[in-house]
Amino acid sequence: MSEPYTTVIGLEVHVQLLTESKLFCRCSTKFGAEPNTQTCPVCIGMPGTLPVMNRKAYGLALKTAVALNCNIPEFTKWDRKQYYYPDLPKGYQISQYDLPMSADGYLEISDPKGRFEPKRVGIIRAHLEEDAGKSVHDEAAGKADSEIDLNRTGTPLLEIVSQPDMRSSTEAKAFLQELKLLLTYIGVSDCNMQEGSLRVDGNVNLHLDHNSQRIATPIVEIKNMNSFRAVERALDYEAARQYREWQETGRNLGDAPKQTRGWDDVAGVTRGQRSKEESSDYRYFPDPDLAPVTTTATEVQAVRASLGELPAELRLRLTEAFELSDYDADVLVNQGRPLVDYYLEVAEHSGDPKAACNWVTQDVLRVLGDEGATIESFPIAAKQLGDLITTIREGNLPNTRAREAFNLMRQSRLDVATAIAQLGIQKVDESELIALVNELLAANPKTVADIRAGKLQAAGALIGQAKKRNANVDPNRVRELSIELAQQGEG
Amino acid sequence: MSLADLTAAELLDLLDRGETTSVEVTRAFLDRIEAQEQSIGAFLRVEADRALVQAAGVDAKRRGKQRVGLLAGLPVAVKDVLCDRDTLTTCASRMLENFRPPYDATVVAKLKAADAVLIGRTNMDEFAMGGSTENSAFQVSRNPWDTSRTPGGSSGGSAAAVAASMTPLAIGTDTGGSIRQPAGLCGVVGMKPTYGRVSRFGLVAFASSLDQVGPFAHTTKDAALLLEAVAGYDARDSTSINRPTPRYSQSIDEPLKGLKVGVVPEHFAAGLDPEVEVAVRQAIDVYKSLGAEIREINLPHSKYGVAAYYVIAPSEASSNLARYDGVHFGYRTEQTEMLAELASERKELLDAGDTKAADDMDTALVRMYRRTRAEGFGPEVKRRIMLGAYALSAGYYDAYYLKALKVRRLIRRDFDEAFAQVDVIAGPVTASPAFKLGEMVDDPLAMYLVDLYTVPANLAGIPGLSLPCGQTQSGLPIGLQLQAPPLEEDRLLRAARMFEQATNWNKMRPPKT
Amino acid sequence: MLTRADVEKVALLARLRLSESELETLTGQLAQIVGYVDQLAEVNTDGVEPMAHAVEVTNVFAEDSVEPSLPREAALANAPRHNGRGYLVPAVLGE
Ligand SMILES: [Mg+2]
Ligand SMILES: [Zn+2]
Repeated sequence: MSEPYTTVIGLEVHVQLLTESKLFCRCSTKFGAEPNTQTCPVCIGMPGTLPVMNRKAYGLALKTAVALNCNIPEFTKWDRKQYYYPDLPKGYQISQYDLPMSADGYLEISDPKGRFEPKRVGIIRAHLEEDAGKSVHDEAAGKADSEIDLNRTGTPLLEIVSQPDMRSSTEAKAFLQELKLLLTYIGVSDCNMQEGSLRVDGNVNLHLDHNSQRIATPIVEIKNMNSFRAVERALDYEAARQYREWQETGRNLGDAPKQTRGWDDVAGVTRGQRSKEESSDYRYFPDPDLAPVTTTATEVQAVRASLGELPAELRLRLTEAFELSDYDADVLVNQGRPLVDYYLEVAEHSGDPKAACNWVTQDVLRVLGDEGATIESFPIAAKQLGDLITTIREGNLPNTRAREAFNLMRQSRLDVATAIAQLGIQKVDESELIALVNELLAANPKTVADIRAGKLQAAGALIGQAKKRNANVDPNRVRELSIELAQQGEG
Repeated sequence: MSLADLTAAELLDLLDRGETTSVEVTRAFLDRIEAQEQSIGAFLRVEADRALVQAAGVDAKRRGKQRVGLLAGLPVAVKDVLCDRDTLTTCASRMLENFRPPYDATVVAKLKAADAVLIGRTNMDEFAMGGSTENSAFQVSRNPWDTSRTPGGSSGGSAAAVAASMTPLAIGTDTGGSIRQPAGLCGVVGMKPTYGRVSRFGLVAFASSLDQVGPFAHTTKDAALLLEAVAGYDARDSTSINRPTPRYSQSIDEPLKGLKVGVVPEHFAAGLDPEVEVAVRQAIDVYKSLGAEIREINLPHSKYGVAAYYVIAPSEASSNLARYDGVHFGYRTEQTEMLAELASERKELLDAGDTKAADDMDTALVRMYRRTRAEGFGPEVKRRIMLGAYALSAGYYDAYYLKALKVRRLIRRDFDEAFAQVDVIAGPVTASPAFKLGEMVDDPLAMYLVDLYTVPANLAGIPGLSLPCGQTQSGLPIGLQLQAPPLEEDRLLRAARMFEQATNWNKMRPPKT
Repeated sequence: MLTRADVEKVALLARLRLSESELETLTGQLAQIVGYVDQLAEVNTDGVEPMAHAVEVTNVFAEDSVEPSLPREAALANAPRHNGRGYLVPAVLGE
């Protein structure tokens, strides 16, 4: 079913950068500490204290901006965004306003399932700013006061603002997944949504044709989407809601001010949030306590050179040099760099990229999925899995018993040779096999007669018997030999 | 003659030769405070006990032949705007009446490391906003030369304390003239260093791009010593200049050869008190008699200094003072009373059937902020917060804030061009001598215009110094302002020292009250 | 011209509660000051870069290393209202 409208989506993503200490002071950024145990006079905003910028935070922000194909201006500065909130102890957030550290980038997204055409999503800007603290209000307990924890205050954030280039919740989700993948590949953030290291707000409206005129509905900002699934659901809900509202009110873009709505994940709805008109007057001005930062083209070049292979480049290498399918390349790359590195080692060691891909995307990923584990703790080293593949290819391990060997290698942390030995797998000598098949033929004249009568499937009855006598026999070979020898005896 | 009548350099000499002790020196100043303070009101808190402990500590170091700091055993009074972990830091505001910082300002840490005796915390205009010290939430300070008059401000307490010999040295801060103007009105030496020369860490911000810490003393030699002790790069202040601190106290007595003194005709325009004009012109003649070349220079944009300053300073202040919201430190309004008030106002509106007004009412949190700030700040602070928030608000930013920043650059350029021709610029500090207390409290604009001669140096970031150069018929001090290029404090101090050595104005002391 | 409505709006922005008489006085005083400041308009500033800092240093950084934070008691010691864990404020609900 296709909707009578086009959904237009832009995303605003806040990403916590992986530094040890905060953006403007040396308090730890570690998640989960007791409230107000990771604060100092600077991040509490005490009188007379001053910010000094974390070099690493700036470096990580720059790295991300370059990876997002942004322009890096030579001069950037920090501004104060002023509003009152108890989790913002200085009464202003140090952020960037008119001269952000990067602008005009893009991120390419595509879908191997073909639900949308590959596209470039524009990045309007990415800038470095400080996080606020947290306020907790225990409504259930009926407390009259909210409690403020400033541990998170001053943590470095990169705010990434996309163009309204996405046309469905599927595209929005793909954008977020690709962004997360990129950020984790280059190691600038762990993008853990549960811990708030990746936060997403969306701007949504609809374009529709009405009386042969292009019409746009008022833009709504959606907040409080705490998982990719929530983003998808919230955007779908909001698009449908806006269409209903438009049908009822006929209100177009410009007829109503921008609205902010919060996503209620349990109820599955967005709800209007109270907003005061004055709250948008942030009175930005350059922070007099911080020095501007200049970046040369040479420095940007060096950052670009240090990025390493990005997900899109890696997918291309896997499909072109390794001849994997788009789908397989996507599966591998989306698992993150450590799994890709594992795959690359298996492929190299076995010399068989396709078999390596099958083993990694099927067997390895299945186990990781079942156990909720990561590749770093996977017990079979890449070289050993490579050995397993080689052993099969060289005919020293029948395919039918390969998974047994794999499981034993994993459970008992054995190399392939030991696993094969423990399982008693041995290559059966051809003459031994011929003798065995002849014995079975002699003992089963009915089967021999059936074969000679052209009922070749009768040979199947011998396979089970052969395996009972010797577990290592190759069933296919038993079948071939049974037919061949039975027919030979005919002459 | 009491030890309290000596200069810091003289005292240090006696201390180093073992002819007196820091405890004796400290006692002498505490006695003088005992005698004078009631009529002057320079100190918010005299810290006699701590001072005597510190003094005894320094004496023990000296007796034990241990290395001692630059200010070993000398009392220093500190404006109550620099954080000191051992005491309160109030900024003369109800808002911070009980604030105990868990850290030292870098300047305070340097004073402690220099073995200074921190004798007390001086009064000021609330958050350093004002030019008369009348904006203190706690007390009025008086000019030792005439207690019906202002000592100037905002560092009026520090200036008056030195003028009345209640301390040989004091620290002040200067955002638009708050060291130089009170120094001029009290007849002492006061200096604003180059922006970035002294760390601002722990200095409670008024206007961050203009604030600078500096010394008060009876002589330029003493001022040089105190500046040397507190100046220097600080990694905790991103705007601090990473250059070594010259040994000002070592070079101070070397006169400058071939000195070129710039004089600005606009400084002598209408509005300048005739007695001040005469004194300043005579001071310039003294330089001529010392062999200096006097050159006329122009600072065409300086006349816009006050206008630019009263956009930039309040804008920054409105932001810097946003942190006083009653949540993390400082004063908070009485909450129960506030909530009751809110509920009753709401009920009134609802009873009157005005549901719209009831819906539009401030939330409890917003009301808490607004009451806290209304009760915690005095009128001048509120005025400047309002002015700054207005200048930065949507629709006015370009016309006011951005325009002021551009004019600021033109003012700086004028100085750069002038200093290509002259070594220092000499002129008045203020247009008139100390005015009467209460004279301008109802006329903020007139009060702001007092800063006419001092704000350009803050906007440009250059060093400026005020030293006594005369007296009115009625016996009020008159100050001479000298300004120099960025980081040329050494030149500035030596040029001032030349005048000081050639005249006796630095030796005049107010009558004991 | 700065009006009383402007002053009321700015008072909310700046989170100040002003009495009737304060609003009255401030409207007059601020109008007078702003009137004086308006002379900036006569300065030709075409092509002049704004000067936000008195010293124009750039690229000032600190290294990313953790130093001890304040003990919680010290962090909260100056707070007007706290419960030993966090700062307390009148309920914030979806504001
Ligand atoms: Mg942001
Ligand atoms: Zn901190």
